[in-house]
Amino acid sequence: MQSTSDTQLLEISLGPQHPSTHGVFRMNAVLDGETIVKLKPVMGYLHRNHEQIGEHTSYIGSFPFTDRLDYFCAMSNNLGLALAIEKLGNIPVAERGEYLRIIMVELTRVLNHTAVTGFLLNDMGAFGTPLLYAFREREKILDLFEAASGSRMMCNYIRPGGVRIDVPEGWLQQARALVAGYPQFLDEFERLLTKNEIIRQRTQQVGILPKALAVNASITGPLLRATGVNYDVRKVDGYSIYPRFSYKVPLGSVGDVYDRYYVRILEMRESLKILQQALRDIPAGPAVSPKGQAMVKAPRTFRPPKGEVYSRIEAPKGELGFFLTSDGTPQPYRYHIRAPSFINLTVLEDMCLGYKVADAIIILGSIDIVLGEVDR
Amino acid sequence: MSSLDQVFVSAQTALFQLLPEALRPWAGIAVRIGVIAALAPAVMMYLTLFERKVIARMQNRFGPTRVGVYGLMQPLSDGLKMLIKEDIVPRHADRLLHMLAPVTAVAPVILLFAVLPIGRNMVAADLNVGLLYIFAVASVGSFAIFTGGWASRSKFSTLGAMRAVAQLISYEVPGALSVVALIMVTGTLSMVSIVDAQAARWFLFTPWGFVAGVMFFLCGVAECNRTPFDMPEAESELTAGFHTEYSGMKFALWYLAEFLEAFLVCGFTVTLFLGGWQGPAVPFWLLATLLAVIVGMAQKLPLPVRAVGVLVLAAAGLLWRADPIPSWLWFTAKTYALFFVLVWFRGTFPRLRADQLMGLAWKFFLPMALLNIFAAGVWVSYPFPMGTIASVLLLAAGAWGLVRINQPASSHAPRTYVLAD
Repeated sequence: MQSTSDTQLLEISLGPQHPSTHGVFRMNAVLDGETIVKLKPVMGYLHRNHEQIGEHTSYIGSFPFTDRLDYFCAMSNNLGLALAIEKLGNIPVAERGEYLRIIMVELTRVLNHTAVTGFLLNDMGAFGTPLLYAFREREKILDLFEAASGSRMMCNYIRPGGVRIDVPEGWLQQARALVAGYPQFLDEFERLLTKNEIIRQRTQQVGILPKALAVNASITGPLLRATGVNYDVRKVDGYSIYPRFSYKVPLGSVGDVYDRYYVRILEMRESLKILQQALRDIPAGPAVSPKGQAMVKAPRTFRPPKGEVYSRIEAPKGELGFFLTSDGTPQPYRYHIRAPSFINLTVLEDMCLGYKVADAIIILGSIDIVLGEVDR
Repeated sequence: MSSLDQVFVSAQTALFQLLPEALRPWAGIAVRIGVIAALAPAVMMYLTLFERKVIARMQNRFGPTRVGVYGLMQPLSDGLKMLIKEDIVPRHADRLLHMLAPVTAVAPVILLFAVLPIGRNMVAADLNVGLLYIFAVASVGSFAIFTGGWASRSKFSTLGAMRAVAQLISYEVPGALSVVALIMVTGTLSMVSIVDAQAARWFLFTPWGFVAGVMFFLCGVAECNRTPFDMPEAESELTAGFHTEYSGMKFALWYLAEFLEAFLVCGFTVTLFLGGWQGPAVPFWLLATLLAVIVGMAQKLPLPVRAVGVLVLAAAGLLWRADPIPSWLWFTAKTYALFFVLVWFRGTFPRLRADQLMGLAWKFFLPMALLNIFAAGVWVSYPFPMGTIASVLLLAAGAWGLVRINQPASSHAPRTYVLAD
């Protein structure tokens, strides 16, 4: 490595205890002055044997653990596993359950994108104000989750065949009110951030991810769509009842940090459209199908036929896949998770090279990782 | 009864009457040192509370409310906490320099209070080279930061220290150049004379004074490492920059230095450009009444405290009803108003990047400061309408041109976002 002058390179370990690595993540960076010439992500500080545990418990028994994967988006993780089990065991889903799932998952997407935008601004050095604005709104969604599932973050709510329990009375009204009021918050947020000169200077043309690299590295989620690749599992697979709703997939053009920020804002607006339609059309009836209910009541009686299944959803952070292999026993023979945070993190070095330390921090922030999901 | 404006000065004179003649000059020095040494930490403590409260309100929070009414005792509890914390020195650190650095940071800042005129006839030392003294003493701070960062033997600290030195030295240049215009117009370096020169008009309301004032203030913000120029400590990047490896009272000393420096930046900006302690002759009783109403309505204060407060304020208002609002109150009010702006920055701005920060200093502030000297010359040389118009045009054209030259090609290019199916 030819350095710009007769100076030494400085090796610096950002993390695992660092305010801006979003958990116990470590970046071994080599700096030439302030410029990054090499950066190696080090993972594994939060490894909890989730997959191994999943292979030693019943299919249902893994649900509470999925909450802890991406602890911002417990509902999406639940849905991912539920879809995989349904596919494996051929379990029908109750109609009302389908709608409730969509509502929960889209609320999760809104919640996640709101929070990550706040965190991104925090990484940029804004002293908590945007983050607390974001968290004020996040709290409202968490209140809804708490009313439905009994827990704010570790929801453990979505089950094969539907959802664990129907939402309480008046919940849908509250959700409608929240969805109706949310665009105002987004407008306020955008008024403060989108055209802010410092934010533009900091984020535009920073951390550009080339389209080809993004595809080759199997990057998914807003990170991929910010580069302009039209790939959204909701549209591609049309899982659950997504084909019934009309919504768009926002795409960026440059693929820098600013595009990722703005694509997330637009995605929130699209999610709100889905939410409006789902909250309008939701039918009455049971929230879980009889087969699903039976499976929940007696988890060990659920012995899916031999075979393997891969099921994926568009989680807020990207493609979240669950791979299950059944050997005919009540517990999976193999249980694997394709975690979007983990895969998206692999291009960190490519995005950071040649930029400054301060840029690396916001690039990491713009990838949107949760260490619980990276390390599992 | 002496006038309210000179109440402290008269009190001091009256006290000195009791002393023998030979001791009076020494007593004068002792009193000044004593007042500064006692006031500086107290000012700092309540600045932290002020900042926390204001930022909390900007963030939909309350801020400290638990210790004392309105959290008024919070700074004391923080101070106590800092005192009893373990003092940790990294194993391979240079222990001596590690200990000296925070002290070297605080000492010059306290020295700076000496030339700050906080009211009419209220200045510890009216140096005839006051402005020079400010820049000379303030620049010692960068040594302290570098010493502290280097002695810590931590890479974060070293990076922070390197950033700090680059930043502080860069911003000293336009900061010093921006007051050259002021020296040219007033023909003095003494802070007191500069305030006197603003009796008719604050310098902020002249074209060159506006540019110089804004630049001096922003350079000052950069000098005391506050958002959006808080690169050396950048908590989201370098954990805490140069003071990462400090704890306990040493850490508190860094904070003391930073907050006092921020306060002094506000104080000096007020002195140099906002008329110092000068203010419109508003009768004092109006202010006393207003304060009495506020204190009377403060529901969380216990009733006796409110009653005494209202009575004292009412009595003061009656006693000095003929006086205008005293100069030291004007100075304090302006300084705190400016400090509010600083806190406002902190609460709302993201941080610039190190290279953008340098770019701002060298590519915008420096040419602007040089141009401003010329504009001030034009303003002085030609009488009112011509000189003012010419200097305004000159500065506006300069600012516009510099913004155009420095704008990166990429920014503000319209972005397209496709909403695909």
